[in-house]
Amino acid sequence: MQRSDYILKRTLFALMTVFVAVTLNFVLFRALPGDAVTGLKCHNCTIQFKEALRHDLGLDKSKWQQYVIYLKKLSHGDMGTTFIGNKPVRGELWEPIKKTLGMITLGTVFSIIFGVFTGVISAWRRGTVVDKTSVWTALAFYSVPTQWLGLMIVYFVADRVGLPHGGIQSPDYGILGNPGTFDFLVDRTAHMILPALTLGLVLYGDYTLIVRSAMLETLGEDYVLTARAKGMSNWAIVWKHGFRNAMLPVVTLIALSLGFIIGGAITIEYVFDYPGIGLAIVDAIDKRDYAFLQGAFLVLTLSVILFNFIADLLYFKLDPRVTT
Amino acid sequence: MTTSTTVARGEAGFEGSPEFTSGRRGFIVTTLRDQPQAIIGLMVVVMFILIAIFAPLIATYSIHAKTGPIYQAPSSTHWLGTDDGGVDMFSLLVYGSRVSLEVGFAAALVAMLIGGTVGVVSGFFGGWVDVLLMRITDIFLVIPDLPLIIVVAAIFGRHLINIIIIIGIIYWTSTARLVRAQVKSVRERVYVKRARSIGAGNRRLVVKHVLPQVAPLLIANTVLTIALAVFLETYITFLGLGDPSTVSWGKLIENSFLGNAVLNNAWWAIVPPGVAVTVVILACTMVGQSMEDALNPRLKVGHLAVRRFRLRPLHGQLDNE
Repeated sequence: MQRSDYILKRTLFALMTVFVAVTLNFVLFRALPGDAVTGLKCHNCTIQFKEALRHDLGLDKSKWQQYVIYLKKLSHGDMGTTFIGNKPVRGELWEPIKKTLGMITLGTVFSIIFGVFTGVISAWRRGTVVDKTSVWTALAFYSVPTQWLGLMIVYFVADRVGLPHGGIQSPDYGILGNPGTFDFLVDRTAHMILPALTLGLVLYGDYTLIVRSAMLETLGEDYVLTARAKGMSNWAIVWKHGFRNAMLPVVTLIALSLGFIIGGAITIEYVFDYPGIGLAIVDAIDKRDYAFLQGAFLVLTLSVILFNFIADLLYFKLDPRVTT
Repeated sequence: MTTSTTVARGEAGFEGSPEFTSGRRGFIVTTLRDQPQAIIGLMVVVMFILIAIFAPLIATYSIHAKTGPIYQAPSSTHWLGTDDGGVDMFSLLVYGSRVSLEVGFAAALVAMLIGGTVGVVSGFFGGWVDVLLMRITDIFLVIPDLPLIIVVAAIFGRHLINIIIIIGIIYWTSTARLVRAQVKSVRERVYVKRARSIGAGNRRLVVKHVLPQVAPLLIANTVLTIALAVFLETYITFLGLGDPSTVSWGKLIENSFLGNAVLNNAWWAIVPPGVAVTVVILACTMVGQSMEDALNPRLKVGHLAVRRFRLRPLHGQLDNE
C-alpha cells in the first residue's frame, strides 16, 4: 500500500512538472517582444515571408486557441517546423541528440566513478593532507567556468596529447576511401574524449564534494560506531555502512545535476565545435530560430524530468524507509 | 552552540576549548575567526570589490580604444598583453570585475529576497500555503535551470538588468527549501511559542524571533548564490546572450573564443578572465561553505578513525548537538 502510494505520488508530481514545463514552453515563447517571427534572422526573410510564417504558425489566432492547438499537436509528438529550413523540429532534434548522448554519457560515467571514489576516500581520511588536496582540487574544478576549461584544454592539452579538438570526425574522413567500422569508431571516440573530459572534470568536482559530505554525515551515525565496536574492518564499514547509506542522497543529487550536465554540454560542444544538440542550440540562438529552441528546451526538460522520476523510484528501492 | 573548526578542513590535532557565543552576530564573527579559509575567501572577495570600485584608478588604459597591436604578448607597457582589438587586457580585466560582481551580488540579492520570502512564508504558516509553495519550488527545482536560463535570456535578455533578474528568479529555489526547513524547526521552539502565547503577532514573531535565527543560513546561502550568479553571467554571455554594451569577465572569455585567441597563441587573452572568475567563485564558495558547515553540527562527528587502529574524535570533543 505504502509502496503504491509513493509511486502514485511521484508519478503525479512528474506529470504535474511535465505540464508546467509544457506550459512554460508555450508561455515563454509567446512572451517575446513582438512575436517569435519578428527577430528572425536569415537571408530571405522578407516581410511577406514573415507574414506567411506567422499565418502558418497560427500566430494570428488568439493566445488560447494557440495554446490548445499547441497542446493538441504536441500530444501527437508534433513540435512544429524550424523557421530556418522549414523541417520538422522533431527530426532536426534527433540527429544531434544522438551525437550528444555518447559524449555526455562518457563524461558523466567518468565523473561519477572518479567523483565517488575521491569523495569516499576524502570523507574517510577527513582532515588529512589527502582530504585537503582532494577537496581543493574538487573545489577548483567546481568553480571553473565550463567553457573556459574547454578553451584551456583546447589550448594547453589537445596538441600535447595529440587528440582532436574540433568536430566529430576527421576532416579528410571518407575522402581517402571508405574506412572500416573499427576505424570509424576509433575516430569518433577520439573526437569525443576531450569534450567528455571537460564535462567530466567539471562534474567530478561537484560529485566529490556531494559524496564527501554525504559520507561525512553517514560516518557520524551511531551505527558506524557500533560497527567499529564489533570489530568490523574499516573497508567493510566504509563499504557496507558508509557508502551504501551515503549513496541515497547522492542518487537524487546526481539526477538533479542532469540539467547542469546538459547545460554544460551546450557550451562544451560550442567550444569543441562538436555537432550535438548544444551546438544546434547555439546555432538556433544565433539565428533566433525559436521553433527549434522551443523544441530543444522541451525535449531536454522532459528528459530531465524523466530521469528525476526514475531517481525517485530508485531512491525508494534503495531506502524502504522513504514515506513522503 | 559550540564553535570549533569543522572536521572538514580543520587543523588536525587542534584541540580548541568549546566557546559559547551569544547571538547570530557572534556566530558570523566566530566562523570567520575559527575558519582560516573563510577569512581568506572574504579577503579575496573584498579585494575584488575594491578593484571594481576603484577600476578607473587601477586600469592603465582606456578600454574603448586601441592602444597597441592586435594580440600583443604581455610586456611592461601592456601587463597582460592586448586582445583581438588591440585593447589592453589588464584594463579590460579590471573593468570586467565591475559588471561581473554587479551581476553576482544583485542577482544573489534578488534570489535571496524571493527564496527567503517563500521559505519564511511556507515554513512559518504551514498548511496549504506551504504545500502550494513547496510544490512550485519542487517543480522549479526539477526543471533544468541552464536550458531554462538560455531560453529566458534568449527571449528577454541582452540587458544587464534583465540578466540580473533572470538569474535571480531562476535561482531562488534552493534558498527557499533551506529557509523553510530552518523556519519550521524554529517555529516549534519554546521561546517562539512563549512569545506567541504572550500575544506577539505573526509579523513580530517573524521579524523578531524567526528571521534572526534563519539569517546566518540565509547569508551563507546568498554568498553561495553570488558564486553561482558570477558563473551564470559568463555562461549566458558566452552563448552570445550577454549585454553587448558592457565588458564583463564572461564577455572576455567569449571574446577570446570568438577572436580565435587559441589559433593566435594568445594565452594572455584566454587565461586571465577565467582565473578571475574561478578565484571569485572559489572565494565565495569558501565563505558560504564554511558558514554552512559551521551551522551543521552533524558534520563535526565522525566515528570512523581517520588513520587505522586509532579512534579519535576530531577535536578531542564530541559535539553535544
